[in-house]
Amino acid sequence: MRPSLELRSHTPRSILYLTPVIAALLTAFSGGVLFAALGYPPLEALYAFFIQPLTSLNGLAEIGVKATPLVLIGIGLSIGFRGNVWNIGAEGQLTLGAICGGAVALAFYDVEGVWLLPLMVIAGTLGGMAWGAIPALLKTRFNASEILVSLMLTYVATLFLSYLVHGPLMDPEGFNFPQSRLFHDSALLPTLIPFTRLHLGAAIALFIVVAGWFVMARTLIGFQVKVIGLTPAAGGYAGFSQKKVVWMAFLTSGGLAGMAGLFEVAGPIGQLSPSVSPGYGFTAIIVAFLGRLHPVGILLAGLLMALSYLGGEVVQIELGLPLAITGVFQGMLLFFLLGADLFTRYRLRWNRSPAAGTAAGAARPAEAREEAA
Amino acid sequence: MSPDIHSGSASANVSAGAVPRLALRGITKAFPGTVANDDVSLALRAGEIHALLGENGAGKSTLVKIVYGLLQADSGDVLWEGRPVVIPSPAEARKLGIGMVFQHFSLFDSLTVAENVALGIGDKTPMRVLEDRIREVSERYGLPLDPRRPVHALSVGERQRVEIVRCLLQDPKLLIMDEPTSVLTPQEAEQLFTTLRALRDEGRTILYISHKLDEIRALCGRATILRAGKVVDACDPTEKTARELAQMMIGSDYATPAGAAEDRKTGEARLTVHNLNLAASGPFGTTLVDVDLEVRGGEILGIAGVAGNGQAELLSALSGELLVQDAGSVRLEGVPAGHLGPRQRRAMGLGFVPEERLGRGAVPDMSLAENALLSRGTGDDMVSRGMIRFSRAHGLAEKIIDAYNVVAGKGAHATAKSLSGGNLQKFIIGREIMRKPRILIAAHPTWGVDAGAAAAIHQALMDLRDEGTAVLIVSQDLDELFVLSDRIAVMYHGRLSQSRPAHEATVEQIGLLMGGVFDTSDAWEGDAHAS
Repeated sequence: MRPSLELRSHTPRSILYLTPVIAALLTAFSGGVLFAALGYPPLEALYAFFIQPLTSLNGLAEIGVKATPLVLIGIGLSIGFRGNVWNIGAEGQLTLGAICGGAVALAFYDVEGVWLLPLMVIAGTLGGMAWGAIPALLKTRFNASEILVSLMLTYVATLFLSYLVHGPLMDPEGFNFPQSRLFHDSALLPTLIPFTRLHLGAAIALFIVVAGWFVMARTLIGFQVKVIGLTPAAGGYAGFSQKKVVWMAFLTSGGLAGMAGLFEVAGPIGQLSPSVSPGYGFTAIIVAFLGRLHPVGILLAGLLMALSYLGGEVVQIELGLPLAITGVFQGMLLFFLLGADLFTRYRLRWNRSPAAGTAAGAARPAEAREEAA
Repeated sequence: MSPDIHSGSASANVSAGAVPRLALRGITKAFPGTVANDDVSLALRAGEIHALLGENGAGKSTLVKIVYGLLQADSGDVLWEGRPVVIPSPAEARKLGIGMVFQHFSLFDSLTVAENVALGIGDKTPMRVLEDRIREVSERYGLPLDPRRPVHALSVGERQRVEIVRCLLQDPKLLIMDEPTSVLTPQEAEQLFTTLRALRDEGRTILYISHKLDEIRALCGRATILRAGKVVDACDPTEKTARELAQMMIGSDYATPAGAAEDRKTGEARLTVHNLNLAASGPFGTTLVDVDLEVRGGEILGIAGVAGNGQAELLSALSGELLVQDAGSVRLEGVPAGHLGPRQRRAMGLGFVPEERLGRGAVPDMSLAENALLSRGTGDDMVSRGMIRFSRAHGLAEKIIDAYNVVAGKGAHATAKSLSGGNLQKFIIGREIMRKPRILIAAHPTWGVDAGAAAAIHQALMDLRDEGTAVLIVSQDLDELFVLSDRIAVMYHGRLSQSRPAHEATVEQIGLLMGGVFDTSDAWEGDAHAS
């Protein structure tokens, strides 16, 4: 007996929306096993991880705070992913957004005005776009892998931020701590709910969700991205430009990541510090796929991932587990999602003779060719 | 030397008795959604060329893949020289004495002939010995080959020889040929038939798969006809007319479109190509050299040629998917267009039906309504201010489906990949014709399409011509070109011959040109140029 994968003739649409739920349940179950193996009562630990953050207004607001950058970035990334443009460096674009927007706030540290915050948002968005433009340029000019270039630029960005807060942007009255001045009130995002950290950025993220849906579902640009992503040759036949899609994807995702970075420093953090993000730019990749690259799905996935950040903090406090548990849960979620996805397209079949298994494997391209004929 | 060849043929002669060499009994094979073979029975004798005849999708390829061990039947028996056998893999099939030459070759372009053969055989014969054996076998059966040449330098016909020689070195008793002439010129095909007859006379069995009726009548002693996965008939093809065979294969009468009229009134030149030169895009691409052509309103120009002689490059340069340096070398109604992309050329009245209907002419996973948008822009009222008017796209798709009898389960909502090849092709052709193009370019318009759909497509193209559109057709199918074209030209090695009125051209002339004989007096009686 030897297992082999066989292509399913068709996949019901409902399964596509069911697999993220299945993946979440499997993650919770495996998490319980993991807690038990570490010697913690599994149900109690799962309660602390998944439920406890939802029991207070403050907890709910914090989920909104953490979901905001994930959703913003996830929407931007999903547009590129639909068009086969793989921006893996949203974390770097987020960092550049924080730097550029934060630098505006610091430049006007002694001037108040309602114009300051919009200016910071513009600067942050442009910063993210500029950082995204580098892989786009190298991809369209030299066909350099955008995956590698955007990923490596992340480390350049975080080191650049570190240099700035240790040097030019360090608070002169900050006792040499590697931090900038605290932003003053007109450089901070207003909060939506009093006594929580839920800020205006969350509302903007919701607006971006709607805008993202509109662009992809209703406009010619969205159609071009989808065609190029699904079948580049058909895009060439239609006369859609692959280079334009690469630029569009990087400028959009970079811009939204930059905006998210600015929202972090002008929201929950309130200053520039060596670390402005606990990996939101990377987690947003999981968010985009978990949400099936669909804006509504990304919103839900962003909320779930925000919960994993918060749950990780709670189990750290309540049970003394290391914060790395958050990464473990996020990784499991992606793993189970990819695994479940495989079985939506293939079914497992056990073959009686080992040779038949290889023959079936060898026949697959030939079958595909026949179907194409 | 090569004693196994001799001893092998001797043993082949001995077994040429009453027991069939290969018998299939009740073979059934189902794929998700279709039954490819339904209770198929077949017996192949020693020393015969047996045709397996059927349309695309009739189940021929599935059946031979079962014989060659690439697929396993769901039920039924395979008997090899009277014994029931299980053939789990191609390696086992080769051990029994079954060889197969595929329609699509499996050769490594960068390796030599001998290296490719060595890889296919997989034993440790020294290269020197192998080269000698290749030379011997290729001479013996009239398949001239130089074992040391790299495959990328070979013509398609020569590549097929490599595949055949690779099979023959294993001394097969049954040789399966899957549509071998689809890539050959008529002269190359004739040469292949001589080889196949020689193999038959040695007592080998050849299972010959084709849907070309004339060659089956010329070559095969018996024919089994498959339709929709079932054996519908068996006959001696030499006793049947091509029309009778076609009816057995298709199952119903089909309308033959009326041929081209001899003297047609043509309008002004709408597509003019002058001194088009284009460097090959890859190491195995073809460079276009000084291509000249002109298509007038109200005529069809057919371009013949064996695939891979620059047709793909020419088509991309005409559609705008490839841009050319000299804008004036491609003119649409006199306006230089070589530097313009597909959307601009469409706006100038160009319609284009590409060779790959799924994956270029249509996005497989998108609905027909969305696919209708592929060749539409702002000027077609489908898009306003950057927003798509989906109701109009939907209406257009429904109109195409109605007008061209496209069978699509869910109408405009059906995905392109859910359609059969013929129906998708009708949809794409309809989509392009409905734009009322001034110039239409169609590549292999009926390749892999069933006969009914092919006739409908031919009729649509001729109606378009009669309305005054300039039509350019590139095809490998000479019958199709003779039916449709007013003038025919031939592509070879990136060059295009001068064109000639179709009713003055003969298959032999075209065949010579397809083989590269441009500049002798044999072809086109001397007026063809090869500059």
